[in-house]
Amino acid sequence: MPVVEEKYDVVVVGAGHAGCEAALASARLGLKTICFTVSKDSIAMMPCNPNIGGSSKGHLVREIDALGGEMGKNIDATFIQSKMLNSSKGPAVHSLRAQADKQDYSRRMRWVMENQENLVVRQAEVAEIMTEDVPSEDSSVMKKVTGVKTVSGATYMANAVVLCTGVYLKSRCIYGETSYFTGPNGLMAANHLTDSLLSLGITVRRFKTGTPARVDKRTVDFSKMTEQFGDERVVPFSFETDPESVQKDQVSCWLTYTNEQTHEIIRENLDRSPLYSGKIHATGPRYCPSIEDKVVRFADKDRHQIFVEPEGNYTNEMYLGGFSSSMPEDVQYAMIHSVPGLEHAMVIRNAYAIEYDCIDATELKSSLEFKNIYGLFSGGQINGSSGYEEAASQGLVAGINAALEVKGEDPMIIDRSEGYIGVLIDDLVTKETEEPYRMMTSRAEYRLLLRQDNADQRLTHIGYKIGLISEERMQHVLDKVATIETEIDRVKATNVGTKKEVNDLLESLGSTPLVNGSSLAELVRRPELSYQALESIDPERPELPDEVSEQVNISLKYEGYIERQMRQVAHFKKLENKLIPDGINYESIGGLRIEAVQKLSAIRPRSIGQASRISGVSPADISVLLVYIEGNLIPGKGN
Amino acid sequence: MARFEFMEDTIAAISTCSAANAGISIVRMSGEEAVSIAEKLFVPAKSGLVLSEVNSHTIHYGKFVFENQEIDEVLISVMRAPNTYTREDLVEVNCHGGVLVTRKILDALIQSGARVAEPGEFTKRAFLNGRLDLSQAEAVIDLIDAKNEYALKASVDQLDGHLSRELKVMRDELLNHTAFIEAALDDPEHMSLDGYTEKLALDVDKYVDNLDKLLKTSENGRIIKEGINTCILGKTNAGKSSLLNILAHAERAIVTDIAGTTRDVLEESVTVGGIQLNLIDTAGIRKTDDVVENIGVNRAKEMAGKADLIIYVVDSTRALDENDEEILRLIQDKKVIVVLNKADLTPVIGKDEIRKAINAPVITTSAKDYTGIGDLEEAVKELFFAGQIEMNDQIYITNARHKNLLLDARKSLKLVKDGIENGMTEDFLTIDLFDAYEKLGNILGEAVEDDLAGRIFARFCMGK
Repeated sequence: MPVVEEKYDVVVVGAGHAGCEAALASARLGLKTICFTVSKDSIAMMPCNPNIGGSSKGHLVREIDALGGEMGKNIDATFIQSKMLNSSKGPAVHSLRAQADKQDYSRRMRWVMENQENLVVRQAEVAEIMTEDVPSEDSSVMKKVTGVKTVSGATYMANAVVLCTGVYLKSRCIYGETSYFTGPNGLMAANHLTDSLLSLGITVRRFKTGTPARVDKRTVDFSKMTEQFGDERVVPFSFETDPESVQKDQVSCWLTYTNEQTHEIIRENLDRSPLYSGKIHATGPRYCPSIEDKVVRFADKDRHQIFVEPEGNYTNEMYLGGFSSSMPEDVQYAMIHSVPGLEHAMVIRNAYAIEYDCIDATELKSSLEFKNIYGLFSGGQINGSSGYEEAASQGLVAGINAALEVKGEDPMIIDRSEGYIGVLIDDLVTKETEEPYRMMTSRAEYRLLLRQDNADQRLTHIGYKIGLISEERMQHVLDKVATIETEIDRVKATNVGTKKEVNDLLESLGSTPLVNGSSLAELVRRPELSYQALESIDPERPELPDEVSEQVNISLKYEGYIERQMRQVAHFKKLENKLIPDGINYESIGGLRIEAVQKLSAIRPRSIGQASRISGVSPADISVLLVYIEGNLIPGKGN
Repeated sequence: MARFEFMEDTIAAISTCSAANAGISIVRMSGEEAVSIAEKLFVPAKSGLVLSEVNSHTIHYGKFVFENQEIDEVLISVMRAPNTYTREDLVEVNCHGGVLVTRKILDALIQSGARVAEPGEFTKRAFLNGRLDLSQAEAVIDLIDAKNEYALKASVDQLDGHLSRELKVMRDELLNHTAFIEAALDDPEHMSLDGYTEKLALDVDKYVDNLDKLLKTSENGRIIKEGINTCILGKTNAGKSSLLNILAHAERAIVTDIAGTTRDVLEESVTVGGIQLNLIDTAGIRKTDDVVENIGVNRAKEMAGKADLIIYVVDSTRALDENDEEILRLIQDKKVIVVLNKADLTPVIGKDEIRKAINAPVITTSAKDYTGIGDLEEAVKELFFAGQIEMNDQIYITNARHKNLLLDARKSLKLVKDGIENGMTEDFLTIDLFDAYEKLGNILGEAVEDDLAGRIFARFCMGK
């Protein structure tokens, strides 16, 4: 039977947040790319919360942007409310979060994808990953990807394949007694690919997540809720977006609370919850619990917040943030109607839990390529993460590395000291996670260095080196860094003396007047002062853009902490740079404990640093490893 | 990230095997900063001498001074990389033996930037920096294995149960504080930090106080744990064995009225006011032709030389004689308590005469009716702990590594406090809070890995 056969450099499976970044990166790097989706109308769909960013996720979006990804630009063009979270806290935890117009978000990304040179977006379900056996460095047989086959039997040959299947593999949606085998919003599930992954020896696990109900805006009594406004001055996500272009009218979100009555309804109906009756076996995330989980686990709390958020400008659907559930329909109605302002709310979509197949990301390298299959990459929720931003980050990295591999170049690996993307991927490929992984600022040990405000300074050069960032944009960052450094030096060298105007300003800002004079930098360090606040006593100050002033202020103000983390990073880098040879046979290394041998053999860390982060590998095991590696005594396979 | 000792650190350890009894002790330091750390603490006898400028493999005489306090006269040898045992810069501080001096020197080096070496770490470095062959590799791995075991033992097992409980409680609370703040930072719309730092400041004060209490016991911790080797000396029939019996409440030594009946060295551990004394009764010292007794006398002299404390028993009914002179010569440089015995009988010598002969506390006892034992206890405490010993809760810090980590934890908590006072936001406070948490974890030998995320999820109801 004749079948369609086409040839590409890179195949991307899925066109969600990961798939879009992967496909765009690959195509932009000049590789002939095809991206498959089960529904052409659902590109970059947001099936759950209607926002992009948030604590630590905002950092990810900024980093994606600095590396040349699309997410930041897409949300800048389609947001309907924006907020800088934690703005009263330190700069490391400031995080942007925007409400998206979901339809707009999806539509714009579709437009970008469809108009990207070198890229084809094809609606079809991929059913099989095709591979061939190739000899590896040692005597074992490795597989190499050759392409994919769709359910119709069409083959698409390719040198690299990126899996970005999200929650679509054998997905099943559940609420109460009702369950059906579809993806989110009734979209077709991908029911064939799992078998192909299993036959390639890939471990498949089952995870679970969920989403709350949507209600009709016209039936909500907002007078019983607290209005939540966006920021007066909106900061864009993308470093390339003109800040003036994002100052526009914003919509509001609304805050209300559950109460004892809601909790009573939940407790009375727990036996009808598929989570508690045992209908759902998959592992759900602890950080994103359903409302029934919250009521059970945090029994002492007498109320929980519910954020009522618009899903877009051209829909009346409102998202009930905090109200995720898999209770039966009638219980959901009762729960919702017990909440102030939602007494008469008309439910438009039920809340549901969704189960799906995902892989064990410890089978991946830091480049997101499978260790045992050349050319097969994986990014996004299939890797056991959760969240649009986490997905997009991995999709970008997987897409870039698929392209680099086809081009015969070294992979791009962002380490933990360079970005949240590095922390995210390192955690996924190193630590065994039992639940969908979510980014948090506390996971980044060098978070003071990994701020959302300096993502451009940290990562633009990497995006430039790969080829996703233009010369002009790179030059802009270099100029910015130079200006910042010059200004910091000047501020350190400027003495303000004890003039009356200086002390007048200090007093007016609630700061102790000077007796002996001080450098301007010393004053900036006072908690009640800032670089910006001292402008009037700094006549030599050059005209500088806000983004530069902000960096000068942060660098001076937190210099001590920043230097401390930089020293830690220096230590960290030394261990990261001690690479472990590929063919190492841990079983023949005397002195390693059995648990360490098992973990190291399974995860096969690329560096001593990564090895030291594997749970079950002790400092003493690392010492043993070092002795072997430094001594060139590596027992490879065959000797 | 797993705890891992860095090769870049400068490490230090007492390298003579039994610091308690040796005449000379050596504290050894290896690493990039070895010379500069030594330089900070060394006042050379020769003016103008600068350690960082001396030739390699040279030795220098001077004083070891820490925080304006002279600790000992020392010889410092400077050996530069690569021709040293570890192939790194190596400094050895030769000091006078004794637990306290040697440990003070090690502590000073550590507080000036060195880290306590793990067992076998000097050898490990020697290996990693030097020639390599498989047999050496195996030897080093054995050492690391030994260290692995040590690490286990040295952590929870070696710690007093009370101490580890106390540290665990503190550590748990530190994690709770960190988790609360981090959860609130992660989900600012669900959790508020308003007023939290005031509460935190009170708790941090409490933790610092606790650590101070623990640290106070560390200086004398080892001597408390291992006991004071105490030699009871005196001329024949002065009442040494009776004293021992009273202290030990047991009939270990044979007490008779015939001079010279105690011919061997007897040992007994007794606890005086909470301090363990390892008592060594000796044969009375007198010139003798009796071969057996002579051996006993010689051993007594030998023991006296090694002891931490001499209890010199003087028979107050007999004048000092040549035997006493012999003893006084023997003990001139030791820590001594003089016990004037048989105070119930008619004394012919008093405290004044003793004080003329030796600079030491003198107490009077009657071994017959148990008087004066309380004074003896007080004298021991005064002599070893300058009255500062804290015996109440039996928490002892016995290991230099532990002490070092406690100091680090305290430093981190102080930074938290400074941060609160300076109005730093909570995200900075958790940096130091978590540091303190990690340090305490290192003492307890507990991994940190994903504690924080786990705690956040377990305790706080997060978003969506």
